[in-house]
Amino acid sequence: MTAAAQSVIDGTPAPVGEKPGAVDGPIGHLEVEQFLYREARLADTHELDAWEALWTDDAVYHVPVDDSWDPRTHMSIIFDNRGRIATRIKQLHTGRRHAQRPPSRLVRIVSNIEIVGTEGTDTVVSSVVQVIESRERDTRTWAGRVTHKLRRVDGGLAMAYKKVVLVDSDRPLLSLSFLI
Amino acid sequence: MTAVGEAPERAPGERVRSLVRPDRVHGSLYTDPTIFAQELEHIWYTTWVYVGHVSEIPQPKDYVRKSIGPQQVIMTRDREGEVHLVLNRCAHRGNLVCEAPSGNSGSFRCPYHGWTFSNTGELLGAPFNKGYGGKEGLKELGNLARVPRVAIHRGFVFGSLAEDGPSLAEHLGPAADRLDQLARLSPEGEVELTAGFVQHEVNANWKMLVENETDGYHPQFVHSSIFSISGSSIGDLYSDKSTAVTRALGGGHSENDLSPEFRRLGVPMGWAGTLESKIPDYVASMRETYGPQTGDEIMINGSPHIMIFPNLFVAEIQLFQIQPLAVDRTIQHVTAIQFKGAPDLNRRLVTQCVGSVGPAGMLLADDAEMYERNQRGVAQLQPEWLDLRRGLHRESTDDDGFTIGTATDEISMRSMWKHYLTLMAPQGGAA
Repeated sequence: MTAAAQSVIDGTPAPVGEKPGAVDGPIGHLEVEQFLYREARLADTHELDAWEALWTDDAVYHVPVDDSWDPRTHMSIIFDNRGRIATRIKQLHTGRRHAQRPPSRLVRIVSNIEIVGTEGTDTVVSSVVQVIESRERDTRTWAGRVTHKLRRVDGGLAMAYKKVVLVDSDRPLLSLSFLI
Repeated sequence: MTAVGEAPERAPGERVRSLVRPDRVHGSLYTDPTIFAQELEHIWYTTWVYVGHVSEIPQPKDYVRKSIGPQQVIMTRDREGEVHLVLNRCAHRGNLVCEAPSGNSGSFRCPYHGWTFSNTGELLGAPFNKGYGGKEGLKELGNLARVPRVAIHRGFVFGSLAEDGPSLAEHLGPAADRLDQLARLSPEGEVELTAGFVQHEVNANWKMLVENETDGYHPQFVHSSIFSISGSSIGDLYSDKSTAVTRALGGGHSENDLSPEFRRLGVPMGWAGTLESKIPDYVASMRETYGPQTGDEIMINGSPHIMIFPNLFVAEIQLFQIQPLAVDRTIQHVTAIQFKGAPDLNRRLVTQCVGSVGPAGMLLADDAEMYERNQRGVAQLQPEWLDLRRGLHRESTDDDGFTIGTATDEISMRSMWKHYLTLMAPQGGAA
């Protein structure tokens, strides 16, 4: 492992002469972890505006049916650009999104966090998520493998991309109307 | 042989007849497992059921796993291009012979003991055949069961598990014209289902879905959240002011005919919520194929919104296949309709469809919530009946002799139940 890669993972400053890939300094593991936990908490507690504010302007939010399909020509469970993320949040805010009335009670565990590379100025992070959702209908578990692309914006982190590949994505699924 | 006290011939008849009235239906029709079992026998395993589309198996030897209600069906294409439907059950010990969701193979080999069947169902071989008296003995063994009747209209493949009955053309009636209307939206005259399916499950009886598909009364309420923020005009199509009509097409089929509104709008592709400037290649191909005038008419009139009983729902840009699994469990298989020769339009349709349908869809998750609450609601003892009378006093007959009502009238539900009775409780003469 190079020192630059090490610095990406644990946030130690990169040695002079090695560029870790981020514009305003490296994105370290601890910072990534804190970001993912925060995102998870905001989604669980339905802090919709704060959750929406985590996204960059060119955001893509993707929950595929089959991860090998091109989402531009094939069905997805969710394939939102930034505009559609805003629409989704606005819909929840109306109070008439019946599938979230009342909002699901949620607790999610984010784990197995790995910084797996960089794409341009984005840091690519892999993790797994397990969500317990309770509604009048039932209490159920959702689980998936998650990819985030994180970017430094105004000194903090923002997410440019989030993909959640559910373990049962191509099987019959009950409504998934919360923010996964 | 007849004996005193023997069960009456087609058992469900009298009871079901007492539960379906012209202006109301009984709640137990949605909750009683006995009735569900009877529906499987008299509807799902009797009438024509939509199974799949030929574009899902374009090449010889292609196959895809499909369903007829809870029955697992493999839709195959043989070497000559003919489409077949076989049940996914080995003739030996009943194992599933096909595990992959789709693929290309001329045969299916059961993983349990290696019996091998052609993609038309014929037994090709069983290992260690001396145990069956050699090759000759194999002829005594069984094949994969074939769905006895398979018929195709405009690429839409239907199957009937009954040996005899009305033809597909008789079953579809005027619904066939709507599939033609749909196909004409392709510059090459063909629908393609190539975008893959999302499977959206609901804890509700299948008839809750069928009745909702052409219920023009609910959108203003169930979907008000999305209409209010997206500036969508869909809600207005289903209001007291709308010139759209709900039409019973017979055979349990019904439609929301929105074309009067689309014609009033008079804008090509207005029905799809897009503009011709955004899909210039498509619009040009349509005018080239059909001529400028007819091409524009097709693009103005738009796509049908039709429920073809019991399981095919075409909602303008998306197709749903309804699969009942239990009295309170139903799966909607949904995909974006794609038109051959229209790549620019197709991408827009995928994008729109993905936003609307499926477990996270901004429309369908709310419909699903209604289905599930409805299922829990009808389990309550009183008032026992569901009311179907909306618009009963203002039903009329159109020029073609079909019963019509306004966009929000419950014409389609009443006509579905009328047809339901003909299947579940046939009257007059011995069967």
